[in-house]
Amino acid sequence: MKIGLALEELHRAENDLAQELLQVSERHKADHEIYHLGRDLAGWSHRHIRQIAEIGRNYGLDLDPEPESESAWAERIREKGAELLGRRSHAALLLLRDLREIYMKAAGVSADWDLLGQAAQGIKHTDLLDVAQRCHPDTLRQMHWAHAKLKEEATQILIS
Amino acid sequence: MKRTDRIAQPWGTRTPYPAGGQWPVRVDTHLEDGLDPGEVDRWVQTASILHSNGDALDIAVKDGRIAGVRGRAVDRVNRGRLGPKDLYGWQANSSPDRLTVPLIREGGKLVETDWDTAMDRVAGRTRELLAEQGASAIGFYTTGQLFAEEYYTLGILAHGGLGTNHVDGNTRLCTATAAAALKESFACDGQPGSYTDVDHADVIALYGHNMAETQTVLWARILDRLAGPNPPAIICVDPRATPVARAATVHLAPRPGTNVALMNGLLHEIIANDWVDHGYIEAHTVGFEDLVQQVKDYPPETVATICDVPADRIREAARLIGGAERLLSTVLQGFYQSNQATAAAVQVNNINIVRGMLGKPGCGILQMNGQPTAQNTREAGGDGDLPAFRNWSNDAHVQDLARVWNVDPMSIPHMSPPTHVMQMMRYAEEGSIRMLWVNGTNPAVSLPELGRVRSILSQERLFLVVQDIFLSETAQLADVVLPAATWGEKTGTFTNVDRTVHLSEKAVEPPGQARADLDIFLDYARRMDLKDKDGQPLVKWHDAESAFEAWKECTRGRPCDYTGLSYAKLRGGSGIQWPCNEDNPDGTERLYVDGKFWSAPDYCESYGRDLVTGAPMQAPEYKALNPEGRAIIRAAEYVPPHELPSEDFPFQLTTGRTLYQFHTRTKTGRALQLQAAAPEVWVEMSAADAGTYALAEGDLAEVTTPRGKVRAQVRVSGIRDGVLFLPFHYGYWDTPAGHEPDGAGRAANELTITDWDAASKQPLFKTAAARIRKVSGGEGPSKAPTNTASAPVSPIGWSTHGSPGSEADEDFSVTGGEA
Repeated sequence: MKIGLALEELHRAENDLAQELLQVSERHKADHEIYHLGRDLAGWSHRHIRQIAEIGRNYGLDLDPEPESESAWAERIREKGAELLGRRSHAALLLLRDLREIYMKAAGVSADWDLLGQAAQGIKHTDLLDVAQRCHPDTLRQMHWAHAKLKEEATQILIS
Repeated sequence: MKRTDRIAQPWGTRTPYPAGGQWPVRVDTHLEDGLDPGEVDRWVQTASILHSNGDALDIAVKDGRIAGVRGRAVDRVNRGRLGPKDLYGWQANSSPDRLTVPLIREGGKLVETDWDTAMDRVAGRTRELLAEQGASAIGFYTTGQLFAEEYYTLGILAHGGLGTNHVDGNTRLCTATAAAALKESFACDGQPGSYTDVDHADVIALYGHNMAETQTVLWARILDRLAGPNPPAIICVDPRATPVARAATVHLAPRPGTNVALMNGLLHEIIANDWVDHGYIEAHTVGFEDLVQQVKDYPPETVATICDVPADRIREAARLIGGAERLLSTVLQGFYQSNQATAAAVQVNNINIVRGMLGKPGCGILQMNGQPTAQNTREAGGDGDLPAFRNWSNDAHVQDLARVWNVDPMSIPHMSPPTHVMQMMRYAEEGSIRMLWVNGTNPAVSLPELGRVRSILSQERLFLVVQDIFLSETAQLADVVLPAATWGEKTGTFTNVDRTVHLSEKAVEPPGQARADLDIFLDYARRMDLKDKDGQPLVKWHDAESAFEAWKECTRGRPCDYTGLSYAKLRGGSGIQWPCNEDNPDGTERLYVDGKFWSAPDYCESYGRDLVTGAPMQAPEYKALNPEGRAIIRAAEYVPPHELPSEDFPFQLTTGRTLYQFHTRTKTGRALQLQAAAPEVWVEMSAADAGTYALAEGDLAEVTTPRGKVRAQVRVSGIRDGVLFLPFHYGYWDTPAGHEPDGAGRAANELTITDWDAASKQPLFKTAAARIRKVSGGEGPSKAPTNTASAPVSPIGWSTHGSPGSEADEDFSVTGGEA
C-alpha cells in the first residue's frame, strides 16, 4: 500500500500551494483582490494541511499539522517592496506569471486529491474518503479563482 | 390640508390602513416662500432624483424657474407623498455656483472655454490613445443619477464604438450587490417584489436597511401599516439604533462583518424547525441539500458567539420569519457594503425561496438600490454589463446585441467580465488606463481610501474628464470639465427599485451653456465618427425620445422588456413596472409568479460566481447545475472580515448616510433646509464606549485607521458597543482647501479600507479597524440630527427642526388613481 507516500506528497503540495498563495498575495499588495483573496485561500490549504496530518496518523505518518511559515519580517519587507513596485507596469506581467503558478500548483493538488480519493474508495477507507471529499472542492475553487483572475487580467496586461 | 415641518417630521402625518387595504393618498407640496399654487405657471411631470424610491412628483415652474414640487396622487409608488429631500432638494438646481461653461486645464489651472474646444480636446485625446494603445487605455465611470437613454448611449459608444471593457457606474458602491445577489439566486437581475407587498405582508424583515432614512416614503407606507389594524411584525438587522430598529418587534445588532453567520443561524433555525415549503423547493429550486449541510454548522449558540447577538433573539427572529404567511424581505448597505456582501444578500433570498414566498402579494424580496436611476445603470449597460440583461459569457447573446447595434460581435468586448471601478482605479494607478471620463459622480469623496484615490486621479499621466453640474472635489482635479444639465432641465426616463418606470420631463432651461448628458455623449459620438458595420453612424438617435425608442428595441424579448412603454403612455398617469410588452401591456407587479424564472441556461443573464472567490461559473457547469431554469439556492460559509480590531485599533468603523443628505452633498448641501438639518460631520459611539474613552457628547474627537485621520464631534448614540459610525457625505468642496483635507480630514473615506466583495466587486465601507481619541472638549452638543439613527441617548437641549416658513402642505382630500 502506497497511500502514505501519496499523503506525504499531498502534504508537501498543499504546503507549497499555501506558500505560493501567501507570497503572491504579498508581492501584489497593491492589487487588493489578489492580496486579500490570496491570504483567504491560503487559509483553505492550511485547513487541509491539518486534516492531512491528522488522517496521516492512520497510515503511520508524522506530518506537521502546522503550515510551514516564513518569518513575519521577510513578509513585511516584501509587502513594502510590493507597494512601491505597484506603480510599475512590469509588476503586471509578474502578476500573470504568479497567477499561472497558483493555477498550476492548485491543479497538481487537485490531481493528488483525486489519486487519494480513488485509493480510498478502492480500499474502502471511509475516513480518508471523507477528508478527500471535504477538501478537494476547495482546491477546485482555488484553481478556478486563479484561472478566472488570469483570464480577467490577461487582456489589459498583454495589450496595454 | 395641514402644514407640517417635514424636517422635524420626515415621514409626515400618518394615514393608517389595514392589511390588504389600499394605501390612502396624501399629497405633499412645498413651494418657494410666498408662492401660491394658483400662481404656478406649469406643473411638469417627473420623479425624485435624490434617492432610489422613485416618488412621482410634479415640478412647479414659475417665470421659467423651478419654484417647488408636488407629489403625484395618481402614482403607485408614493400616492402623493414626498420625502424631505424631494421637498427641499430642488433648490440646488438654481444654486449660483452651478457649472455653466466648459473648463480646460491650462498651465495647471482650470480656465473657461467653449464647447468645441473642450470636446475637441476630449475626442483628440481619445484618438491619440486609440492609436497608441487601443481602447484598453480608456475608461468610463458613470453614476446612478442619469437617465436610461443616457446610459444606453454611453454603453453603445463605449462598448460598441470604442470597444473598451472599462465601463462602470458609482452604482458599484450602492447597488452592485443587489444585482449580484439576484444573479446568484435567479440567474438574472430584476426585482422580484413590489412596493405593494408592504400592503399585504404580515412580517417585514429589513436586513442592513435603514429604510426610514434611505427611502422615507416607503417607510411611511410601513408606518401607516403599523398604525393600522393587523400591523406586520418588523425584524431589523442593524448595529445602529435606527428608526427601523426602534419600530422593530425584534432588533438584531450583530458585530459588523458577521452577516453571513447571522443569516446562516436564521436559516439553521428555519430548516431545523422545518419551516420550509418542501413542495416549492422540490418543484422550483436546485441546491437545497447544500444549504442544509452548510447551515448545520451554525446553531444559534455558535452564531451568538460570532455575532455577539443573544441566541434567544436569533431564535425569536427565526420563529417570526418561519411563521410568516406573507414575508417581505428587504436588504441594503448594511449587507451590501459589508464583509461577504453577496453571500449575505443571497442568504436573504434563500429565506424567501425555502419558504416558497415569492411572486404572491406580500411575499417579496426587495434587494434595494441606493440611487434614483441605479436600476437603469444596471439594465442599460452603464455598469459595464451588456444591455438588457444579456449574458457576456453567452456568445449567442453577444451576437444578438451585435445585431441590434449592427456591429461585428468581435467589436463588443466580452472576453471577461466588465472592469469594475476599483480595478479601473488600479489600472489607472499602474498606468494602463490613461483617460478616465467621470460623469455625475465624485470618486474623490465616495471611493474608499481617499489618499490613494486622490493620488491616482491627480496623476499627470491620467487624462481626467469630469462631466458634472458643480465643481466637485473630483472636477477640481480634471483636465476637462463639462457642465451638465440635470433633472428638471432635460427629458428622459428612469426606473426605481421595484421596476417602476417614470418619465421625467424638462421643466426649465439649464443654466448658461450646460448641456444634457445625452447631448454631450451624442456630440462625442459624432466627433469620434463612430460607425456601424455598414459605415452608418453607430448612434442612430438624436434626442431623448428617439434614444428611448432604440433602447426599447434592445430590450425586446429580454426580462426588462420596455417595448410596451412609450413617452405618451408614461405621460399623465402612474409609473409602470417592467416588463411591459404585448403580453403585459399594463406592466408586471411581481416577478417569478408560479415559480417561473429567467434562469434557463440559454436565456439567463449570468451563470453566477463563487460567493467567496468571485470566480465566474462557466456555461457547462451552470447547465449541469440548473438545466431546467429554477431558482438557485447557494450556500456560503462565514469568512471573517480582512481587517479585525486589534490593540492599536480596538473599534470597528462603519460609514453610512443620514436622511437629510445625499452622496457627497453636491445637491443637498446646497438646499438650505437639508444642509441646516445635518450641517457637519459627526462620529457616533455608544454610551459605554464614550465612558471608557472619557468622551462626551459634543467633544471633538479624532478617529484613526491605518489609512488616515478624521476629526468630528462626538454623538453619543444607540449604536452597539465597539462600533464607531461616520457619515460619508462630508467632503471638502465647501471648505477652503477645496478638494482635499487641510490638516485633519472630515471625509469618512479617508479611513476606509481598499477591499471589495469578490462576487459583486462592491467596496466594503462597514468594516475597518479604528481608534478614537479626544482632541478637545466640545462647545455644545454635536449637530447631528436627533430624529434619525443619530438620535442622542440622552437629551441635548434641542431637536432637529425646520425653519419657520419652510413647512410643507399635506393634503388628505385628494382621491387617488389606481392602486
